Amino acid sequence: MKHVGLNVAADLLFTAAYSGVSGGLVFVVADDPGMASSQNEQDTRRYAVAAAVPMLEPSDSQEAYDFTVLAFNISERWGIPVILRLSTRISHSCTIVEHGNMPIAAPDPGFKRAPEKMVMIPAHARPAHKRLRIKLEEIRKWNEAEGPNLTIAGKGKPALISSGVSFAHCREAAPEAPVLKLGMTNPLPIGIIAAFARKHGDCLVIEENDPYLVTEIRGEGVNVRGKEKKFRIGELNVSRVKKIISGDKSPDPEPAKGMPPSLCQGCPHRTVFAILKEMNCLVSGDIGCYTLAVLPPLNAMDTMIDMGAGITVGLGMRHALPENEARRVVSVIGDSTFIHSGITGIVEMVYNPPATGHTVVILDNGTTAMTGLQEHPATGRKLDHRKTNRVIIEDICRGAGVKNVQVFNLPGKADKFRGELKKALDSNALSVLIARQVCLLAALRIRKLEKAQE
Amino acid sequence: MYQAKVTNIKITGRGGMGILTAAGILAETAFLAGYDVKRSELHGMSQRGGSVSSDIRFGKKVFSPMIPDGETDYLLLMADDQADVFGHDLRMGAEIISSVIFGPSGFPHKKSLNIAMLGALSAKLDFHHKIWLDVLEKIFGKEVVDINISAFNLGHKIMNQAIAEKHQ
Repeated sequence: MKHVGLNVAADLLFTAAYSGVSGGLVFVVADDPGMASSQNEQDTRRYAVAAAVPMLEPSDSQEAYDFTVLAFNISERWGIPVILRLSTRISHSCTIVEHGNMPIAAPDPGFKRAPEKMVMIPAHARPAHKRLRIKLEEIRKWNEAEGPNLTIAGKGKPALISSGVSFAHCREAAPEAPVLKLGMTNPLPIGIIAAFARKHGDCLVIEENDPYLVTEIRGEGVNVRGKEKKFRIGELNVSRVKKIISGDKSPDPEPAKGMPPSLCQGCPHRTVFAILKEMNCLVSGDIGCYTLAVLPPLNAMDTMIDMGAGITVGLGMRHALPENEARRVVSVIGDSTFIHSGITGIVEMVYNPPATGHTVVILDNGTTAMTGLQEHPATGRKLDHRKTNRVIIEDICRGAGVKNVQVFNLPGKADKFRGELKKALDSNALSVLIARQVCLLAALRIRKLEKAQE
Repeated sequence: MYQAKVTNIKITGRGGMGILTAAGILAETAFLAGYDVKRSELHGMSQRGGSVSSDIRFGKKVFSPMIPDGETDYLLLMADDQADVFGHDLRMGAEIISSVIFGPSGFPHKKSLNIAMLGALSAKLDFHHKIWLDVLEKIFGKEVVDINISAFNLGHKIMNQAIAEKHQ
């Protein structure tokens, strides 16, 4: 998952660390320093510390492969979830990999009753927390003795301490420098780090995102220094690492300004946003292709925070704003995002209806277009496109208690949609208007699948 | 010929132009030629026509997967409007290969422009022609392999002609 995906899974992570696991459980989490395609630059390493789980950081494809195996071994040996922390350039790069023998056979499934471990009431959680801290200390000792850490001899100052892709940049930026590369960055092998720092004196920590390593290491009383504050923001590369090492304070060159993306020509979402703009709506948007409506030429989105917030932020605006503004608020959410995180928003809308009512527009293009046309529960096909039960979006909304639920086939029914949207905004009713037309990129494949399944 | 120096190639254009395919073929060819290879790419939202670029680096030993500023040796421009975007990445004397080499109207088959551009690049690199062809055959299915190989060969030939004219 991405870093923001772990926010959603965090509830599980924190308590699974207490309960422990009977098989291997590895969270593969990719951070996005520089935000190539993300809404924030949060640093997953903080989660590993907060949840008290081991964390491995590969620095290329080979290590991504090797550390995955290692992560499962650690998870099974200590019965603890493990985070494999990647970043943009580990996930979006290919380097040469030598295959090993995958040594791990899955254990036979079966359930052993152990409620004192698996039911986290406070009486069970208190000893579980103690057990977790003991495990973590054992893993720290293992990391000191035989963890995946690497010391590269060199000469000159400063000596470098690094992990992940930053290590690769270090080797290129300062090929002569002594380097301590940390493969497991929680719990830290503080003995190894302290010995390295004693030997070399001036030690500089090179890390992307937050000053995590430098803060932790200094917290243990080992004197190392970190990067300038400005390097906390954005991705590192060889040029920036050279600057960190030499203390060069000159500004970075402007990053390449590429061609901005836009909704495809003929995309059915365009029709809806043109109408919302024409009616001067305040659009509480959500995450998907349609977020591109914020850019020119449509300029038709006003808020977008996280998955599901299209509906709930829209409701908040309806409750808080003066009536003339509240009446213009429309929530817009796509079909897959609705299934993922929109349903609770509909329940909230029915339970706590705003005085002016509310209107939710669901853009149903029959696929998850933004991330590469994956299936979802409302398509009626599994991820491998096999047929399965279909979740009907309009039935969910009606079932939750929304009275005015209408489906429009766009763009043919655009005028009808416009008329019903106007009526909904003028009334104090709760409305869900579903604008349905298959994504043009998915249409051909869907037709083929449907034919094959007939 | 085995060179110690790292060669840096950037391929850039827009979503749907086959940039990642071309990058994959180049990286695989360099790998089979015996080099250490790293390839990295950014393609956020590229399905919606946004910019895509890929860095391919090969040499005896490659560390960072990203080309450092000012060290690009070859820039393959699949869309000419991307020329300014990557200007500061180039090394002094870097070569820019754009679709202009195929004449004012570009390459006749848009879908295999990526492979024709690789063919043009291949005239500048030391990999055996056979390795390129083996990789093309491995990557492309039966229906499209021939058209891609002829696009590759045409690109190669046109670049060789351009080099010959320059030396006259």
